[in-house]
Amino acid sequence: MVTMLSRRLLPALVLALLAPVLVACGGDDDGDTTLTVYAAASLKKTFEQLKADFEETHDGVTVELVLGGSSDLVSQIQGGAGADVFASADTANMDKLVGSDDQGQDPQDFATNTLEIATPPDNPAGVATLQDLAGPDVDLVLCAPEVPCGAAAQKVADAAGLTFDPVSEEQSVTDVLGKITSGQADAGLVYVTDVLAAGDTVKGIEFPESSSAVNTYPITTVKGSDHADLAGEFVDLVLSDKGQKVLADAGFGAP
Amino acid sequence: MSGARAVGLPRWVLVPALVGALFVLLPLVAIVAQVDWSNFWGLITSESSRTALLLSLRTSTASTVVCVLIGVPMALVLARTSFPGQGVVRSLVLLPLVLPPVVGGLALLYTFGKRGLIGQSIEVVGTTVAFSTLAVVMAQVFVALPFLVVSLEGALRTAGERYEVVAASLGARPTTVLLRVTLPLALPGLVSGAVLAFARSLGEFGATVTFAGSREGVTRTLPLEIYLQRETDPDAAIALALVLVVVAVLVIGLARTGRTAL
Amino acid sequence: MTLSFTATVPDRGVEVAFDVADGETVALLGPNGAGKSTVLSVVAGLLCPTSGHVELAGRTLYDAAARVDLAPHRRRVALLAQEPLLFPHLTVLDNVAFGPRSAGASRAGARARAQGWLDEVGVGDLGGRRPAQLSGGQAQRAAVARALAAEPDLLLLDEPMAALDVAVTPALRQTLRRVLADRTCVVVTHDALDALLLADRVLVVEGGRVVETGPTREVLTRPRSAFAARLAGLNLVVGRWSEAALRLDDGSTLSGLVVGEQPVDGEPVVAVFRPTAVAVYRSAPHGSPRNVVPVTVTTVEQLGDLVRIRAGDLSADVTLPAAAELELVPGSAAYFSVKATEVEVYPA
Repeated sequence: MVTMLSRRLLPALVLALLAPVLVACGGDDDGDTTLTVYAAASLKKTFEQLKADFEETHDGVTVELVLGGSSDLVSQIQGGAGADVFASADTANMDKLVGSDDQGQDPQDFATNTLEIATPPDNPAGVATLQDLAGPDVDLVLCAPEVPCGAAAQKVADAAGLTFDPVSEEQSVTDVLGKITSGQADAGLVYVTDVLAAGDTVKGIEFPESSSAVNTYPITTVKGSDHADLAGEFVDLVLSDKGQKVLADAGFGAP
Repeated sequence: MSGARAVGLPRWVLVPALVGALFVLLPLVAIVAQVDWSNFWGLITSESSRTALLLSLRTSTASTVVCVLIGVPMALVLARTSFPGQGVVRSLVLLPLVLPPVVGGLALLYTFGKRGLIGQSIEVVGTTVAFSTLAVVMAQVFVALPFLVVSLEGALRTAGERYEVVAASLGARPTTVLLRVTLPLALPGLVSGAVLAFARSLGEFGATVTFAGSREGVTRTLPLEIYLQRETDPDAAIALALVLVVVAVLVIGLARTGRTAL
Repeated sequence: MTLSFTATVPDRGVEVAFDVADGETVALLGPNGAGKSTVLSVVAGLLCPTSGHVELAGRTLYDAAARVDLAPHRRRVALLAQEPLLFPHLTVLDNVAFGPRSAGASRAGARARAQGWLDEVGVGDLGGRRPAQLSGGQAQRAAVARALAAEPDLLLLDEPMAALDVAVTPALRQTLRRVLADRTCVVVTHDALDALLLADRVLVVEGGRVVETGPTREVLTRPRSAFAARLAGLNLVVGRWSEAALRLDDGSTLSGLVVGEQPVDGEPVVAVFRPTAVAVYRSAPHGSPRNVVPVTVTTVEQLGDLVRIRAGDLSADVTLPAAAELELVPGSAAYFSVKATEVEVYPA
């Protein structure tokens, strides 16, 4: 009896498990349109808001946000992921996409971001200026020079004529913030937007030298998109006054 | 061996088995295919690559030694004693096996970090584990220890206590029984456990990145270096990935031949 | 080296008391689950009784009231189990040297003594081998040597021959008989022959209690407990060796196969054969090479598929149809016949 049952159940089970996959592959058959937007992780909050706005004004359109490190996203798009829009956290990665396979087109800058010093809320090392970060008693955490926030930190240091000796060079802003919120490190350099997003868990300290490393965010539609018109409209929304206000509220600067 | 044949294994089992084998092997083949062979040597012998590989080998060796030193007594206690709540203790000890490594890293951070549970007391002693190679070893021990404990406890249970009873009846003190009978009999389990722990340490990423940070020569092990290189130099990342695969295969292969030689 | 033992283990329903004199070998007989192994475990210190007192050679090994419970390795009680349990990672020589080494002997000294014991049990040439390279009989001999090399005050044997091929048991039994001769020893066994040849005295344990005790031959030939009666179905004939046969006091002879060393004329020997090996006739068989004994039937009883015909100390098992044909009743005259190849003769 048991084998009879399992013989009949097994295919049903397999089908049930595969069903979501099959449906997902079926895609647009139900009349709904899905616009896939690849965006740098730092754009999470703002783009979620823009996604809601866009879906409100476009009936039957669902915006799927894929968030990640810019370089990861570029490799995924180059690998054939079906992105319609790509918003990068730096120009270098955008250039990679545009230059390589001609998959991006006419990128437009839509926001800027600058660095800020982040410390634990009680600022145990008493950091006040960029120069303080070079002090021997400060456990400084930066992004690795290989990633955009690290490159920016390097630029700032060079411009100020400082040499930093970080205790750790992290993979991402999130990792830097993690070391600071947990109190492991005394200070770090992250983006203004990151400090704002982190709320009370870190303290942000502005410094004048940040202007020497302004990070620019470009956006583009991806060539070969099935929804080129919609993709264009999404880019327009980001560049519109409404979009710019959302970004400014999160701490981004104008392009 | 000629003529020996497995009885009762239905042939259709081979199909999913083959699919499974391909699923594991194809990605390895893909990595090899992706390697930029013309620059391979240069990529893997760059300063940062060599530093990361050496650091990985050093920390993995250290963490394996620590795993043996504390894991053997743990396995002995679990396999040879009974106390109330032992089942719960065993499950908790094995928790890092199923825990995402990042969670392990966070847990370590809140324990041994500057503001952690006992981190402050450690700092009083005058040393801090933050951003040190010691932190890397701790992260590796945390994730690798269960492999050693599980493997050795299984071996101890399989070996049973009969030989130990005989040894005691011959007048051997408990320490003599442990060193001359229990551990030698469980040696294959200990070796495979240590190899698993070493391999797991070598591949450790999440807990290290969360707990120890990433600094060349101090905390940036090979997996961290691979992940970082991917940002700017995917070719180097792939070359290093292949190195990591080869080292892992070598370690496991050596351990296997070592075990058959036992 | 006397052992004095009293223990109660309620979990296993065991309540046993007995003494073993210096140099005496006592056999514990009894069905499975009777509590024999429990007794050994208590003596060896592997099981803690709820009450009792165990004393060996003047040392208290266990005393519930005084809260004394000596660790196994300090008891000087060696254990030999059914399986040899030689440490697989050591050579045979180092296995035997294990006890002396644990007692603090130098490596060379321990090995020299180990070699002596290996010679003693007849496997002196196998010291360099690994246990996996030994036959079952060789391994058990090495295990005997290992137990003896530890120089225990008391030796515990737990069915030492139960796991061995029947072809090698007689020789090992002879070896044990020799090396255990002057030792204080407790042997658990199912085999009446083991008890007969190894033990001076027998304790029959049933349901966790000692139900019968006495000199081995007495218990085996005139059993009072049910188990001893079943076990002692063996025919034991005692006599003296004379002209290549066992000669009884009445002058009749019994031929058989000598196990162990060839006895000299006049030496006391015992012949052992199973009731199933005995054929029963109403009239004397002629021209047969068998041993033939004229008997008077004392009892006839059914044991399962067989009928046991007893005549004095001897018994024969025959099938139901054969018994029906023989029409034997107590008092009938009959002849018991047994092939010489079915009779084992041991020095007594």
